[in-house]
Amino acid sequence: MIALKLKSTFISATRPLQAIALAAAVYLSMGATDAASRYNDLSHRLMCVCGCAQLAGECNHVGCQDSTRELAELRTDIAANLSDRQIFDAFTAKYGATVLAAPPARGFDLIAWIAPFAVFLAAALGTILLIRRWGGLRVGKSGALAAEGSDEAALDPAERERRERIRRETGSDDGGF
Amino acid sequence: MATLGSFSLLIALALAAYNLVAGAAALWLIASGRPARVSPERLADTARRAGIAGFVAVTAAAFALVWSVFTNDFSIAYIAEHSNIALPGAYKFAALWSGQEGSLLLWAWLLAAFGFVMRLRHKTDVTLYAYASAILAAVQVFFLLVLNFNAPPFSLLTGAIPQDGNGLNPLLQYPEMVIHPPMLYLGYVGFTVPFAFALGALMMRYPGEKWIKITRVWTLVTWMFLTVGIFLGMHWAYAVLGWGGYWGWDPVENASFMPWLTGTAFLHSVMMQERRGMMKSWNMWLIFSTFLLTILGTMLTRGGLVSSVHAFAQSTIGSWFMVFMGIVLAVCIFTYILNHKHLKTEHHLESLVSRESSFLFNNLVLLTACFVILWGTLYPILSEYVEGSKVTVGAPFYNRVAVPIGLFLLFLTGVGPLLPWRSTSFKAIKRNFVMPTVALWVTVIVCLVCGARPWSDGQFQSGAFYAIVGLALCAAVLVAILSEFSRGASVIAKQTHRNIFAGAWLLTRRNTRRYGGYIVHIGVVISIVGLCGAAFNQNIEHELGLNDRMGIGPYTLTCTGFTQDSNANYDSDYAMLDVSYHGKPAFQLAPEKRVYLVSGQPQTMVAVHSVLLWDLYVVYEGSNPDTGQPIIKAYLNPLVGWIWAGLVIMVMGTLIALVPSLKPGAAATKPSGTPAIQGGQA
Repeated sequence: MIALKLKSTFISATRPLQAIALAAAVYLSMGATDAASRYNDLSHRLMCVCGCAQLAGECNHVGCQDSTRELAELRTDIAANLSDRQIFDAFTAKYGATVLAAPPARGFDLIAWIAPFAVFLAAALGTILLIRRWGGLRVGKSGALAAEGSDEAALDPAERERRERIRRETGSDDGGF
Repeated sequence: MATLGSFSLLIALALAAYNLVAGAAALWLIASGRPARVSPERLADTARRAGIAGFVAVTAAAFALVWSVFTNDFSIAYIAEHSNIALPGAYKFAALWSGQEGSLLLWAWLLAAFGFVMRLRHKTDVTLYAYASAILAAVQVFFLLVLNFNAPPFSLLTGAIPQDGNGLNPLLQYPEMVIHPPMLYLGYVGFTVPFAFALGALMMRYPGEKWIKITRVWTLVTWMFLTVGIFLGMHWAYAVLGWGGYWGWDPVENASFMPWLTGTAFLHSVMMQERRGMMKSWNMWLIFSTFLLTILGTMLTRGGLVSSVHAFAQSTIGSWFMVFMGIVLAVCIFTYILNHKHLKTEHHLESLVSRESSFLFNNLVLLTACFVILWGTLYPILSEYVEGSKVTVGAPFYNRVAVPIGLFLLFLTGVGPLLPWRSTSFKAIKRNFVMPTVALWVTVIVCLVCGARPWSDGQFQSGAFYAIVGLALCAAVLVAILSEFSRGASVIAKQTHRNIFAGAWLLTRRNTRRYGGYIVHIGVVISIVGLCGAAFNQNIEHELGLNDRMGIGPYTLTCTGFTQDSNANYDSDYAMLDVSYHGKPAFQLAPEKRVYLVSGQPQTMVAVHSVLLWDLYVVYEGSNPDTGQPIIKAYLNPLVGWIWAGLVIMVMGTLIALVPSLKPGAAATKPSGTPAIQGGQA
């Protein structure tokens, strides 16, 4: 019985982790492999080098020599079954690093990809720690997330919420833009 | 006129400098209580009047430039560069902001106009307004220094005066361009006012939160203008650039988006200060950051710091802005260090699951999004500095990094209104989240049934995946907001014996801030629905001879002819296309290609047929130089119209939020004898 309970607790506790792992797998597996979708995908990860600041796959200049040449080279590379990395390396060698529409996720440029998530995680962690320090994570006896240190705090949370809602819904100016 | 303009700018500089120096001296005398030969109050009033006179001087300079454009005074270099005789009147007016010098003059004029209104209303709180006036004058001094000594709009041409000017850039000859830049500038410049009040309040250790109430209207109006400016820019890009999109993550687009994000964060977190006396330092820094980001945006646009399709030519103006930003930052830090104890919070957050914490997380996500965009915009400079070679940070980077953050923000938009202030119970959370969760999963199922799948030919499609998640969250948020409306409206309806719609209207009037804000959220959700549609865009390109056909989605385009037209400003080629819908004749489109006579530059005029479900967007790309055949590119862009509809709703919501709430006694309630509301009804 206890083992069964532990098992179900374990399953419910790990479910969010499983969901995150699945989402990560989906995220990391992004990228197409058949020729047409690879062409579509890669042409939107390369810049047109004519100076129009558009993606090679979206450059709309009639007779643009640069995007036409780039797209032809891309088709040839895909037909030759080169990997994405080999294609990007070939383009970078020929046109310079600015031909890639986003920095490659390696070497120093890896920092470009890591920094936003690192900042987000650090800020989220900081926020949670701050709330924790202020006492916001204490759980009351009734299973509610408790408020402390005020007159209304002594009230049952459901009662306080009911009062709050009545105040709100019947019109007193309780915030908003 | 050039002389009048130049002298007006010099006089305006002198007046702004007097406003700053005399205003600061008067405030110092008042604060220190030292005796002086001149009454500090009178000195402060002369400073205020100098600010008002400064508005007249800058207006004279702006008038001189506009007059010179309309009278084709090509002796002025700016006019020769940005106008020509055949330019239509509206675009001549737009020439005021089409170049660097003119747009800086527009900035200075708007700042002077904001200052004029603010200084006239000084009796609301004389001392606080005096501080704000001096700070505004300091900003004005900077812009007038740039205008007088680095980018003078009235420089005269040396040598022979040309018979005609170079004309306005064809990309700018579009109706939105007459509205978009002023709107954006109203947004940029407008944030100077709350910044000035915030810094002033910190300097004088202003008691209470009254300064927030004073600046609320300024901040909201400014935010609205910035929003409208950004959306008009998107619409211009969509209608003029001819690439079928509306947002390219260009550095200058990013520059306008960053202050919008911090300004939005400020609008939310300031409610916590008003209501609970919390986050005072945070709010102060949010408004400081917003102002600094508007200056950064201007620097990016003008200074040529990063390459952009919008940026003006490289100039030394960037270093002026960098120095100014440094000074502003130093003043902010110094003032904060000196007076931060005044900003001590009155309450702490009590629960992780409460309205306050949702605002905190909302701020966290908005600022992370701002960081991502700033990081992506400036990373090429960092990369060049470290590695010696520049890289491009374009759409693929932002789509991977910013889109998930945006979706999380959308989630919080729905969650926030469902949480009460201070704390809540798990039971209440469960109850409030049932309907939105149902809406979320129903939308996912509907999307899948309608054929929108996150995979195609066995391959995972990240764009479609994000779009479906986005649409599902939009449905959940919409249901959450509407259920908030309906709950309140039904209570009012029962109380006053009205129908539910009249109840909703009265509810909104009784608390315009809250429900105006909800309407803004609805607008945001509607716009995001439109943005999600981009994942399912289709396009096709064909050489189309006479009577040739091409099909896209349910439409078939048949070429019925080509024609030409010309006027004094440009020559144009049209393709005449008959469009049938599911085989039945429906309408005609005439995409156009223009060549502007003075500049010789070609320009695309897109033909768009917009319905609720999608836009049929057709571009006449010109003729194939090898075959001589015209090339037509057609796009089927789902839900684009929702983006613009969302903007209209956002503006409506903001306007409602600006209207004072109806006092409970003033509500036209029907006499009913209804007993006081019972909690169980809520």
